[in-house]
Amino acid sequence: MEFHLSGRAWKFGDDIDSGQMAIGQYTRQGVEVYSAHCLENLRPEFPREVAPGDIIVAGRNFGSGSSRETAVLALRHLGVGAVVAVFFSRLFFRNAINLGLPVIECAEAIHIDDGDQLELHPVEGRIVDRTSNAAYQGLVLPSHLLEIIEAGGLVPFLEQRI
Amino acid sequence: MAWAMTTGKTLAEKVLARHSGNGEVIAGDIVWAEPSVAMMDDPLGPKMVQSELRRLGNRIKHPERVVVISDHCAPPSTILQADLLTLTRNWAKEYRIQRFHEYEGICHQVMVEKGYVRPGDLVVGTDSHTVTGGALGSFSTGIGSTEMLGVLVTGQMWFRVPETVKVVWDGALQDGVMAKDMILQVLGDFGSAGLTYRAVEFGGQAVREMPVDQRLCLSNMTVEGGAKAGLIAPDEKTFEYLSQRISPEELESIEPLNADPDAVYSQRKQYSAAALAPMVALPGNPADACAATEVLGERIDQAYIGSCAGGRLSDLAIVARVVKGRRVAPGVRLIVCPASRTVYQQALSSGILETLYESGAIITAAGCGACGGGHSGVLGAGEVCISATNRNFKGRMGDPSSQVFLASPASVAAAAVEGKISDPRAYI
Repeated sequence: MEFHLSGRAWKFGDDIDSGQMAIGQYTRQGVEVYSAHCLENLRPEFPREVAPGDIIVAGRNFGSGSSRETAVLALRHLGVGAVVAVFFSRLFFRNAINLGLPVIECAEAIHIDDGDQLELHPVEGRIVDRTSNAAYQGLVLPSHLLEIIEAGGLVPFLEQRI
Repeated sequence: MAWAMTTGKTLAEKVLARHSGNGEVIAGDIVWAEPSVAMMDDPLGPKMVQSELRRLGNRIKHPERVVVISDHCAPPSTILQADLLTLTRNWAKEYRIQRFHEYEGICHQVMVEKGYVRPGDLVVGTDSHTVTGGALGSFSTGIGSTEMLGVLVTGQMWFRVPETVKVVWDGALQDGVMAKDMILQVLGDFGSAGLTYRAVEFGGQAVREMPVDQRLCLSNMTVEGGAKAGLIAPDEKTFEYLSQRISPEELESIEPLNADPDAVYSQRKQYSAAALAPMVALPGNPADACAATEVLGERIDQAYIGSCAGGRLSDLAIVARVVKGRRVAPGVRLIVCPASRTVYQQALSSGILETLYESGAIITAAGCGACGGGHSGVLGAGEVCISATNRNFKGRMGDPSSQVFLASPASVAAAAVEGKISDPRAYI
């Protein structure tokens, strides 16, 4: 399967914990509410200005801490197309795949600048930075995970099998 | 591969081999395994899986392996929290979940108190601190809600068998230095992501001599370094702990696993327990740890005892030792949230709660309390808290401008008395 997506890069640092994407104070109030506060403590303009298809580019250990998949749901609700990070926490990584949010692990992500226009090829793990005219190769996911992503997440994947 | 047959195995490898039906597995393998126990809490359990479960046939494959525990929102402080408890309770009833608990305390504490976690088990739960159960010799790990849905429907999930880091604590701890100080030291050395995708196996004299109550804190905070599991080989202390909670027949049926003497570890780290001094994690990151002496005198508004890291009986007991005959400093509040109703009852009948009360402490209902910013001790703008909990991310316990230092229950108690960060060894 070949699919790609393109959007503007939103740059974040290291150790962004899942509680910044789904803030505890708002998670009981539904995805409309908590997604409107997504990452606001780090970049107040993010939930207002992020556009469908935009791509988060982060440093080390993205999505650390809590297992809450409301973090992924908040990003998805805002239309975030994918997350590129130097590496992910294991819980965020699994949650993203299970909910069909493409993730690419790429050590060179640190060279991407905020606001750059990116083109991603999640299956191949390829990232093209249209603004700086650079291309980066991230890790290619193992086949059992690509199957889940290709199905659109764990629920559709299981639906095909039961 | 022939050489793999002769290689010693870690505890994590052995548990995953048992539950995946493989003779042996090795770090890096991807296996499908059957969890022995699947635990769901209130925020990330039934509410999150209910509609998709219907879409996938509306049948739980092994309801007898499921545990549902409402802890984050009990007792509720808002209507939304109350509604979440109702939903969770009704769901457990509808799917005939026998092992349902609410108002009994934090899920990870209730899991071990009820004897639901046993040596050699593979345990998954919808809360990242499910790693706590590793202290009883299980492979216990947190998963997301959709992952849990897959476990409910199929009884299985995939695991990448992790490499294991062996952490050995030689010698004995000084009085007033606790498991919390040990794990903060480990996190400080490995960093917030230094254990990512890894299992940790703890060993050494200080761990062997430690009651299960304290061992649970070591395993609990391995996830703050990114670890997938934090294991402690079962020993006579583990079985004594279990014998008070399960029947002799159940105890007899346990087939514990242990690492081979020649197990292959990705890394080994050796510490001297006697040389360890009280530690503190600076606001913002549990792995940003340093010796408490570096921040002595830092003023606080609140001292908080509680959570699945620091609200057990041995924690409350040392707090009582520190505050006995003393008063909480003027302008400071000491909030104590027992990890479970059982802990509450034991602290009550042994006189610990009375000592805490007399010092000026506020004792709250057992549960998750303010640790995740839920209720009963949430911080306002600019407030500073020293806390026996496990996380201090920005805004975790309240306003994003509040600051949380993490420390041992002994250090939190000493700070409550002084009104500033202090060395608890002076009070023991």
